[in-house]
Amino acid sequence: MALLEVSDISKSFGGVVANRGISIDVSDGAIVGLIGPNGSGKTTLFNSIVGAHPIDEGKVRFSGREISQLPIARIARLGLLRTFQQTRIYKQMTCVENMLISISERDRGFLSLFANRHATATDKTSELLEFVGLYEKRHELAGDLSFGQQKLLEFAMALMNEPRMLLLDEPTAGINPTLINGLIDRLKRANAEFGITLLVIEHNMRVIMDLAQHIYCLAHGELLAAGAPSEIQNNQLVIDAYLGAH
Amino acid sequence: MGYNSFGNVLFFGIGMYVTAVIQVGLVYDVAVYNSARGGGGIIFTFDVEQYAQGLAIGLPAGAVLAALAAILVGSAVLGMRGQYFAVCTLGLGFAAAQIASGWDLLGGGSGMVPPTPPEAFANTGRFYYYLALGLAAVVFAFLSWLYTTRFALGLNAIRDDEDKAEAMGHLTTRIKVTAWTISAFFLGIAGGIFGNVKRFIDPIDVAFPGGTIGVWMILMAILGGKGTIIGPVIGAVVFQVTKELFWTYLLGWQRVALGLLIVLIVVFFPQGIVGWFSRRKPPILETQAS
Repeated sequence: MALLEVSDISKSFGGVVANRGISIDVSDGAIVGLIGPNGSGKTTLFNSIVGAHPIDEGKVRFSGREISQLPIARIARLGLLRTFQQTRIYKQMTCVENMLISISERDRGFLSLFANRHATATDKTSELLEFVGLYEKRHELAGDLSFGQQKLLEFAMALMNEPRMLLLDEPTAGINPTLINGLIDRLKRANAEFGITLLVIEHNMRVIMDLAQHIYCLAHGELLAAGAPSEIQNNQLVIDAYLGAH
Repeated sequence: MGYNSFGNVLFFGIGMYVTAVIQVGLVYDVAVYNSARGGGGIIFTFDVEQYAQGLAIGLPAGAVLAALAAILVGSAVLGMRGQYFAVCTLGLGFAAAQIASGWDLLGGGSGMVPPTPPEAFANTGRFYYYLALGLAAVVFAFLSWLYTTRFALGLNAIRDDEDKAEAMGHLTTRIKVTAWTISAFFLGIAGGIFGNVKRFIDPIDVAFPGGTIGVWMILMAILGGKGTIIGPVIGAVVFQVTKELFWTYLLGWQRVALGLLIVLIVVFFPQGIVGWFSRRKPPILETQAS
């Protein structure tokens, strides 16, 4: 069964149609890629799914539940989480603090915020910081980390939240090429070990072809093609969209 | 949480008026009391028991009503961010002052006089000093505890990146309203005490002094170091002492000197005294501390 069902989403900003009638399905436990040239509407689609802006038409169902009218924090609490293209972490807090405030609020009441900050999940914090290789830097301010390390921290924060599904917006952009393989490996492990379904926007074709089992390609706000990585690679429409048709 | 509220005088004034009205209301008709203005030979006296009872009920009631006001107003305005919020709260203080000025039950623009302490209550100055000191100690202890909770991390997260906090599932508006409500509660008590110290509640200059105390509160916090527990305490002492020195040695120019000081603090010292010191602490110390 599909964990995430997006049906016929449209979103315009004034006269610009960013998404037109897009439908995608992501089944539980899968790793799905979302590609497309710049400005093809990938990030808009992410924003539409997680409730960052109201959509004009269409429906989003997560785990069988209609979520397109819910505010962003409520959707996150259902276990559908996104990371940002421009990495966003809490810059004036240490890595550990960033992690501690990222634990899942899903089954917690508001009053649980008044529990001691070290009462829960300190082991998990260490584990996950180790997982992304930031344990040595755990007491440094997140804003002092390099861009790539901030990206890894953001990823660790997302894992800390124990989402059912994670939308990753260009996880390898700006990361040192030698670290990319490590990151792909971690993404796969997050999927396999923690059972997190992934929907990944990515421009690095080598990465996405290696990572995803199924790929959707957008162009000019519309769904251009869908299929297994090998099919997408040989799809003339996709090649034309990226390189321009003759 | 990175939000500057110039509207905290709203809760200060609410606490002040509520406390005074209850202090009077437990014994006399408030409308008659406020309209007498010393004329007609009516004298309102309070014996020790009445006076103590008035304070014991008035101060908590002021705190609770101020907190309720924070929940109501906060739910409406805390959806706004950054400078929009700051300007909006600035307006709240002025609006409250105007409402109080036009409210006859509260004495309108002529203000209201809290009950005169009975003779037996000889040293009221010292009494209110210890009351205020006790309040400061309670607030300090409460905030020290609050800083150990995840709530404090949530506030810091909102300060650093509110959109991210929301995307991670935090109910940011509710967190902000809660924080404001807590501050309103204590401000309500502070206002109740302050009105009794001043012995006269002017709606604009004493109850809702947005241009003076409302700004000073923020400056004390900035001067000492925002986001630290001890910072505002140090800031308040340094600010108050400096202010008194200006009033003593620069009389005539004291407002100019204070204005200059405010500009200097905001421009050159935004991280505050405590922030400045902790920035210079070698990182190794921080590691060991945590």
